[in-house]
Amino acid sequence: MEPFTVHTGVAVPLLVANIDTDVIIRIDRIAKYARDGLGPFALEALRRLPDGRENADCILNAPAYRNASILLVGDNFGCGSSRENAVWALMAMGLRVVIAPSFGDIFFGNCFQNGMLPIQLHRAAIEPLAKQLIADPDRATLTVDLQALRIRTQTGAEMPFAVEPLQRRMLLEGLDQIGLTLTNEAEIAQFQSQDRRTRPWLYAAP
Amino acid sequence: MKQTLFDKVWDAHRIRSLAPGVDLLAVDRHLYIDLHALLFADLEKLGRGVRNPEMTFAVPDHVVSSAPGRTGGNAEWSERYISALRRAAKKYGIRLFDVNDDGQGIVHVIGPELGLTQPGILLLCGDSHTSTHGGLGALSWGIGASEVMHVLATQTIVQRRPKRMRVNIEGRLPAGVEPKDVILRLIGQIGAAGGTGYAIEYAGSAMQRMEIEGRLTICNLSIELGAKTGMVAPDDKAIEFVRGRPFAPNGKDWDRAVGEWRSLTSDPDATFDREVDLDVMKLVPQITWGTSPQDVIGIDEMIPHPDAAADPDRKRAMQAGLDYMGLQAGRPLAGTPIDWVFIGSCTNSRISDLRSAAAVAKGRKVSPKVKAWVVPGSKSVKRQAEAEGLDKIFLQAGFEWREPGCSLCVGANGETLGDGERSVSTSNRNFVGRQGPGARTHLASPPMAVAAAIAGRITDVRTL
Ligand code: SF4
Repeated sequence: MEPFTVHTGVAVPLLVANIDTDVIIRIDRIAKYARDGLGPFALEALRRLPDGRENADCILNAPAYRNASILLVGDNFGCGSSRENAVWALMAMGLRVVIAPSFGDIFFGNCFQNGMLPIQLHRAAIEPLAKQLIADPDRATLTVDLQALRIRTQTGAEMPFAVEPLQRRMLLEGLDQIGLTLTNEAEIAQFQSQDRRTRPWLYAAP
Repeated sequence: MKQTLFDKVWDAHRIRSLAPGVDLLAVDRHLYIDLHALLFADLEKLGRGVRNPEMTFAVPDHVVSSAPGRTGGNAEWSERYISALRRAAKKYGIRLFDVNDDGQGIVHVIGPELGLTQPGILLLCGDSHTSTHGGLGALSWGIGASEVMHVLATQTIVQRRPKRMRVNIEGRLPAGVEPKDVILRLIGQIGAAGGTGYAIEYAGSAMQRMEIEGRLTICNLSIELGAKTGMVAPDDKAIEFVRGRPFAPNGKDWDRAVGEWRSLTSDPDATFDREVDLDVMKLVPQITWGTSPQDVIGIDEMIPHPDAAADPDRKRAMQAGLDYMGLQAGRPLAGTPIDWVFIGSCTNSRISDLRSAAAVAKGRKVSPKVKAWVVPGSKSVKRQAEAEGLDKIFLQAGFEWREPGCSLCVGANGETLGDGERSVSTSNRNFVGRQGPGARTHLASPPMAVAAAIAGRITDVRTL
């Protein structure tokens, strides 16, 4: 996995609550296209009209924000289905950071597995930031520093954020979770051998 | 230390602590759906194998066709997933319940049915409605693709311990009101993110009285509260439910297991981070009007006005929901004409659901304007329903009687509604485009769905 240390990019505000993973990526797109091919379909329910044309009213299509790599959203972003394809689609669309007051739990964990940084920020911090991004689209670039745990705006303002230390380390070092877990192989084996004696039916051959 | 049910099960699975609040947990049961079939190739690319194939159980459910007489899937991608699942199961020695095998069905229906789901186990599956299994007192939650590979390779999961919430559900359900209505009401009350960060225990007299299938329905929708998981303390009903099922322990193992299971209750003075009360004595049938499960009202209420919401995000979301659904605030939802009815999904496709649906359908006719499907949750549910003659009741009323799978819940098998078509569905998500691009979904209980099919419009089943 590609490590995440510092990222600078255009940020786009889309302050809608409860954007679910079905909206982030449709099930038939998941079934048909591989991970890298999902970009054009990310958030298509918002970016496109029912007939497939681009929705000019969607801020994600506005020239200033088209190439955004940082997304500001409302509460409970990524709620719903466990589909990790939602993270893959957003990444294939070019996003590396999502900032929200709260996230769907499974989506939040999935981000860390793929080198995407989900930042939980208070609404009182997100709303003025969003206003500023809209008021001054020419300066809609943010720097997200995972080392320093700071977001910097082009006007020089700084905002702190917090990330759980293990998850932070995974992103910073681009670690492989499976490899990390298997460093505990001895403990896992010991747990299982004891458990086999007390609950043998769970280990019966199928 | 006074412990909650959740803490007891969690601690029993802790292999070690990795950081403050983060544990490495042993996984007892890993259920595997067709949509993840291609991950085995990714796992191989990482140079990893399957650590405990005897603890993973696979079933094709999302991409299979529900058409009568089906032998696989009809979507252009179905075969790719089904054959990859077969190949992986064979290669690694994973038990597969294949398309036309006896055990096939929706993953969260077959788990309890086969006795794979047991009180006190840690059960994971790469599907968000895995919390269903908490209805039997299992600790269960849905995981993403990377975590699915992690479980295959290590038989463990890395997880931050959530906070605990207890929902006290008291009272007797009035006639015409179902477990589905209880959980929809709760989502309406605390919101689609009301459970975020929590493991929920559903307790109270209404839960004690409820049969296991109703508990499974309630736990199933925990994820629509944003919760990590939902559980009900296993009691005699839960133990009797598991007894004698194909993968349940037997003989001496059974006695020992039951001894363990009986200790799985929250200690009387255990404390919870949050407690919520819900009285169901006066509950009426619930139905959603918008595009989040929290957009729910009693069938006798008016569609709420976005201006009533204090929060501007919420206001916007409500208006967008009304626009998408083609509805107007301040009007009743009852009377709205519909095109489709779907009775199925891991929320409401068990035998008790089909019985309560058939009781309403009996001797009545589906409106000629409505397409109405009954998709049983599993082969075993289908067989049981046919033995009771429920299929005849549905067919005579004008419903289609189909083969088990997820079907119209998500449309991953290519079965979808048309653009702008409106359904009453017993499933769990009314998201934008969930049942197909432009499709409009109203979530409700099985009897409410049948009532809508008969009347051709959204209707109060109590006055049908
Ligand atoms: S029935 Fe619906 S919610 Fe349940 S597992 Fe299938 S697709 Fe998911």
